[in-house]
Amino acid sequence: MAEERKFGWGPRKDNVLIGKSIQRIDGFEKVSGKAQYTADINTPGTLYAKLLTCTHAHAKLKKLDVEPAKKIPGVRAVYIFPAGDLKAEGAGEIFWDGTLIAAVAADRPEIAEDGVKAIIAEYEVLDHIVDEEDLKAAEAKGATKAVGKNAKGKVEDALKTAKHVHKGYYGVHTISHMCLEPHGTHCEWKADEVLDIHASTQNVSGLAGQFAGPLGIDAAKVLVTANFEGGGFGSKFAADEWGIAAAKMAKETGKPVKLMLDRATELKAAGTRPSGYIDVTLGADETGKIVAWDSHHWGSGGISGGSIPVGGIPYVFDFENRSRTATQLNCNVGPTRAWRAPPHPQLCILTHCAIDDLAMKMGKDSYDVFLTNLEQTAGTAAHLPETYKAEMEIAAKLIGWKEKWHPHGKDAGKGAVKRGLGMALHTWGGGAGGCACNVKIHADGSVESFVGSQDIGTGTRTVIAITLAETFGLPLTAIKVNLGSNQYPASAASGGSITVGGVSGAHRRAAQTALWKIFDLVAAKYKVDAGTLAAKEGSIVSGDKKVCTWKQASMLLGPMGLETKGEGPAEDGLTSSRVGGVQMADVSVDSETGIVRINKYVAVQDCGLIIDELTAKSQIYGAVIMGIAYALSEERVMDKKTGRYINADLQNYKLPRIGDIGEIVVNIYQPDSEYSRGVIGLGEPPVISPGAAISNAVANALGVRVPVVPLTPQRVLAALSKSKGGAA
Amino acid sequence: MRDRETQERYGPDVSRRSFLKGSGVAVAATAIATAAEEALAQDKKAASAASSSKAQDVELTINGEVHKLKLEPRVTLLDAIRNDCHLTGCKEVCTTKNCGACTVMIDGKAVYACTRLAIAEQGKKITTVEALSAGGKVDPVIPCFIKHDATQCGYCTPGFVVATRAFLNEHPKATLEEIQKGLGGNLCRCGTYDGVAKCALELAKGGA
Repeated sequence: MAEERKFGWGPRKDNVLIGKSIQRIDGFEKVSGKAQYTADINTPGTLYAKLLTCTHAHAKLKKLDVEPAKKIPGVRAVYIFPAGDLKAEGAGEIFWDGTLIAAVAADRPEIAEDGVKAIIAEYEVLDHIVDEEDLKAAEAKGATKAVGKNAKGKVEDALKTAKHVHKGYYGVHTISHMCLEPHGTHCEWKADEVLDIHASTQNVSGLAGQFAGPLGIDAAKVLVTANFEGGGFGSKFAADEWGIAAAKMAKETGKPVKLMLDRATELKAAGTRPSGYIDVTLGADETGKIVAWDSHHWGSGGISGGSIPVGGIPYVFDFENRSRTATQLNCNVGPTRAWRAPPHPQLCILTHCAIDDLAMKMGKDSYDVFLTNLEQTAGTAAHLPETYKAEMEIAAKLIGWKEKWHPHGKDAGKGAVKRGLGMALHTWGGGAGGCACNVKIHADGSVESFVGSQDIGTGTRTVIAITLAETFGLPLTAIKVNLGSNQYPASAASGGSITVGGVSGAHRRAAQTALWKIFDLVAAKYKVDAGTLAAKEGSIVSGDKKVCTWKQASMLLGPMGLETKGEGPAEDGLTSSRVGGVQMADVSVDSETGIVRINKYVAVQDCGLIIDELTAKSQIYGAVIMGIAYALSEERVMDKKTGRYINADLQNYKLPRIGDIGEIVVNIYQPDSEYSRGVIGLGEPPVISPGAAISNAVANALGVRVPVVPLTPQRVLAALSKSKGGAA
Repeated sequence: MRDRETQERYGPDVSRRSFLKGSGVAVAATAIATAAEEALAQDKKAASAASSSKAQDVELTINGEVHKLKLEPRVTLLDAIRNDCHLTGCKEVCTTKNCGACTVMIDGKAVYACTRLAIAEQGKKITTVEALSAGGKVDPVIPCFIKHDATQCGYCTPGFVVATRAFLNEHPKATLEEIQKGLGGNLCRCGTYDGVAKCALELAKGGA
């Protein structure tokens, strides 16, 4: 009996819920507007805080007078951020547009705005550099730093003897996270110096210490709640200086303070994805096998680093003879934060556009060149070549690659609108994150889970409920999931696609542990062999025979019920890591207007065992749409003259709308061999390929590479003009 | 001082208040479908009511309930609904009527609450997302959004739901192309458009 009691998922064919399309359990709260986000918390007496930021890229703060703000009736507190604190040593130098200077808390938001307006700030404007692409200009200003160089094999020799050699330039501009719920907190001090925080965070269990340190209190006195969170994408792990400001102003005034970033500050200060540009030479032999890679990439992650590191280029593939160098530009731009799958989308663009252009140079079908080189992805993970091959076949069928593909620039159509196909592939780890949970079975048979994780829109609650309901043979409605509080067992921050693996593994372990105890009680009471028992359809059964109902079994637990702990990750097969993924784009490009339209986009994705196919597919749809955004329209625009982030608003920061995405086809690659791998995270991988796949499709349509993403009409026309000998 | 002026033009919320005063032309010129019905006359009325900057009595009729408030004329409809009436389904995201997270219905038409003044909306029938599941009656848009998983983080979702309801009221037999145009006034960052479109199409086919 004991030897059968191993943690594991059940046979795939027996699953009632796991792997099916299940509606999310918090769907009604979200869709009906009842879900309370941090920005919605308005406990009685709450003060509203607004921010003064510096809009210079580089300046010295000469004077800051907040007294006029304090005199406004209704203004309750003014907080000066470290950058605005002229008394602090070395203070006063501002390095990027959007730097926080002061916050004003007032009875009403409009009064807080009055307060911000009343503050007098005077600056001496200094020289700045915000062009992240112009390496030579940055070098001339001494604003570069070498961040790595390494090589293997004999690159020069291999390039000399290669049958086909291509030299290219590619890039991707910086983007912002653009969380629709901005970063922010609602802070309220309660009795006994307890700080009650609602935070828009991906890191419920990890925030207390970040607040406690700067506030000089014990982490045990910090309560963190995040029942719902309006988007994070990797940017919401920290308490942040504005969180500390809210807590301090709440302390000073004795009232709750809500400080949510305004839209401009959200875009400027709360995280960006660093830019990347590359000069690359690569060569292939007569079969199309790439034999040499020589590259130098650069970009900026802000004034103090955070650019794309040297590792990871070339992306997914590695070649026998390979040299790579990376340089960081220290620009006067806002700092970076992890952006969904960091920095894979950039690596993918910088690598797979070059491979596609090499295919164009060889006059070969890009599909064949990627296929020929799949063996060279084995260094990332041994199973990847086979996974990619299977996924490429599926994707090609879904998009009609064989029927529609034409050599680059050879669309047979005579009109101005040219059609093309492109592809790219990607990989991600997605191993389970740390997670502890308590599962409680009440004497009446109802089930609750407590976990200090968070649902950032990925479906964490639903995945937990499905895991427990499947294990106990209960309907979803019998399960109550409690998360979003640091009062529950600690769980890792949700970043890097580690949450679904983390929570499903831990909950399966807790649930199986509980179930085995219940089976023992049932076996003793009903005189059956515990080893034959299973939980199905609200009953405990032995083979085909019903032994008792779940409720009767639960009563055996006594009035206290049963509480079991689940932990993870563990090496027990419930979870694993490392996925592939192949995407293909079918686009139309108007060579007269430069407008690119997505006709069809195919995403084929493996991710091990699927808990909920509906929410899993949503992750892929969403990732592809985010990808279309950064491939075609979305970018931070820095004004070279003033050094300002000039499109830090939703009017000018262009995101696709519902009519801009074309037809998206999502296919989850899930043969039994994937099911048996256990759960692997999914949030990051499908957002990686769109930039390269769409750029490659545009190159296939036009026969001309638009080197830098996003492929705005202006850049498309410039590339076409340059190809015809005109000005770029 | 130079920097304060800069802050007024480029700064976040400060700019939107000044922007509101002169937004008439911008309203007329906007191509965004949900805002298409915004009327210049309303702005003129708002401007005249807003001539005194002192807080005054404002009565808003939201979801059939009258809210008696004391507000300065510059307070937006969105702030009044969220902060003073405590109906937080509609969200503040862009404050520049680009994203639709603040969508409510006024006299049955979808509008952006972020760029309207509360004082100018007195005497009108304001409907927020909360009304679509009030009193035990759930609007079919809501279960259909859930069915197609047209929500991820959920922050844009209530605005999308209200926009979808208002759109389907006017276009009960809408085609996919019409849906894509009609719901083009709302933005989602997580990428739930596929589910939203499927939901609207299903309701249009089945009779919304």
